[in-house]
Amino acid sequence: MGATIPDIIEAIHLEKTFGSIKAVDGISFAVKKGEVFGFLGPNGAGKTSTMKIIACVSPRTSGTIRVFGMDPDISPAEIKQRLGVVPQETNLDPDFTCYGNLFTYSRYFDIPPDKAQKKADELLEFVQLSEKRDVTVEKLSGGMKRRLILARALVNDPDLLILDEPTIGLDPQARHLIWERLKLLQAQGNTIVLTTHYLDEAERLCDRLVIMDNGKILVEGSPSDLVKKYVGKEIVEVEKTADVLSCLERNHISFEITGDTVQIATESSRDVARLLFDHCSPHKVLTRSATLEDVFLKLAGRKLRE
Amino acid sequence: MQQFWSVPRITRRAWKVWHRNIVVFFRTWKVNFFPPLIEAFLYLFAIGLGIGSYVREIEGIPYVNFIAPAILAISVMNSAFFECTYGSYVRMYYQKSFDAMIATPLSIEDVIAGELLWGATRSLLYVIIMLPVLAAFGVISLPLSLLAIPLAFLGGLMFAGIAMCFTAVTPSIDTLNYPSFLLITPMALFSGTFFPVTLMPVLFQYIALALLPLTHIVAIMRMLTLPALSGMLVLHLVWILIVTVIFCIIAINLMRKRLIV
Repeated sequence: MGATIPDIIEAIHLEKTFGSIKAVDGISFAVKKGEVFGFLGPNGAGKTSTMKIIACVSPRTSGTIRVFGMDPDISPAEIKQRLGVVPQETNLDPDFTCYGNLFTYSRYFDIPPDKAQKKADELLEFVQLSEKRDVTVEKLSGGMKRRLILARALVNDPDLLILDEPTIGLDPQARHLIWERLKLLQAQGNTIVLTTHYLDEAERLCDRLVIMDNGKILVEGSPSDLVKKYVGKEIVEVEKTADVLSCLERNHISFEITGDTVQIATESSRDVARLLFDHCSPHKVLTRSATLEDVFLKLAGRKLRE
Repeated sequence: MQQFWSVPRITRRAWKVWHRNIVVFFRTWKVNFFPPLIEAFLYLFAIGLGIGSYVREIEGIPYVNFIAPAILAISVMNSAFFECTYGSYVRMYYQKSFDAMIATPLSIEDVIAGELLWGATRSLLYVIIMLPVLAAFGVISLPLSLLAIPLAFLGGLMFAGIAMCFTAVTPSIDTLNYPSFLLITPMALFSGTFFPVTLMPVLFQYIALALLPLTHIVAIMRMLTLPALSGMLVLHLVWILIVTVIFCIIAINLMRKRLIV
């Protein structure tokens, strides 16, 4: 390391087992100050287990991890003092109002009351819930609850924000509002670690991400680099017919079948489309740019996860 | 086995959890202050005056004076026990409050310790509410009966610890009915509450003294309210202290085992 800024999180061969199940299977990663780092993967990939280890609420089985240079097993309170956590499950306190939730939570961080009051109102403004200040949380919509949880995670001005599926189950408007707020936090130099299985969310927010499956990290990189490296620039989708399939094989073009469409990854969709129209008599052809979703499905497979 | 006995590392942050609960309690004070008041009146009228008009005296003591300390003791037991079974279970399982708290500098040990302290505080508050009613009826002696207040906290802590052990192992909120009916209800009847323990067969007397925590609370309570102090007070107190420490430690360790995976 020398004189450089130490990483916010540094994990080496991190492992977490539940009985005979390896939820996290020897992963290594580092999160730098000021970046948005994503964990992607299907259900059961080990994302949440990893988040819980970082958040000092679940001890690792083996390996090493340092958060702010400290060991979660040794200094959990010191680490947690500087963390903001948005859990997957909504766990707001139903006995309090929106304001009460933020104020009560501030107390757990030893924030002086006058400062906590000011901060609570600021944060309600930040997540656009000022109008709901004195409403009990049970009366909030799902999107409002998620926003309040985001506000709650910020009461202590955290040096690291951990978000586990921040926009799960939200409508498009609510998702966009959360994204916008996260972008703002990112611009202010906050370090953010998030998990998601919405790939557009990851593409939009993350500077760098890893794709996990079965407790292992499959790939790591920036969203655009990963797309370039694993899929290519563009995708041509064509309706699956016997003619098209034999035609593609004849022309030595590699493809992937998904349901009743055929996907062809390519550097130039125009050339492929022309070839299809000239030689294969396709029914429907669609060209689009490759996305993280293509990388994800390619690496994690299309099989349904329960 | 060792993990159940290791002394938990509790910090003074536990009081923050206690504080959260007491804030909620006082915000809804009308619903919370009513039950102990009503309970005191109900027991006094139904059992004290109702049955009392037939029984009149037990061991030379007016019956209503005999059961007055039992009313306090049962209230100590019920308020802490139900707070730390159903109340804590709801906060843990349905509201996920403990998960939210341990994402802050609070540890799970702090959270559970705070819940236990709160359970004990609830017993203390209930006794504070009931004492004036009993005093108004002239069935307890003053000022010695005021010592019922610190005793309520200690006894409350004991029942909170016992309750939290059940909460830590219960598979669902319904199975919490078992300790309520199989432990709490019999205890309320057979711990020297409404009739002296000495009326029971000798074997049951030993069982009541050795195993029923309420017996010891009732005994001390009665010494204070009659008043009838004796050296036995120290033995009862030691019994309560030991059981309190044991169950509170086991409760915290069981809870950590349940929640930290």
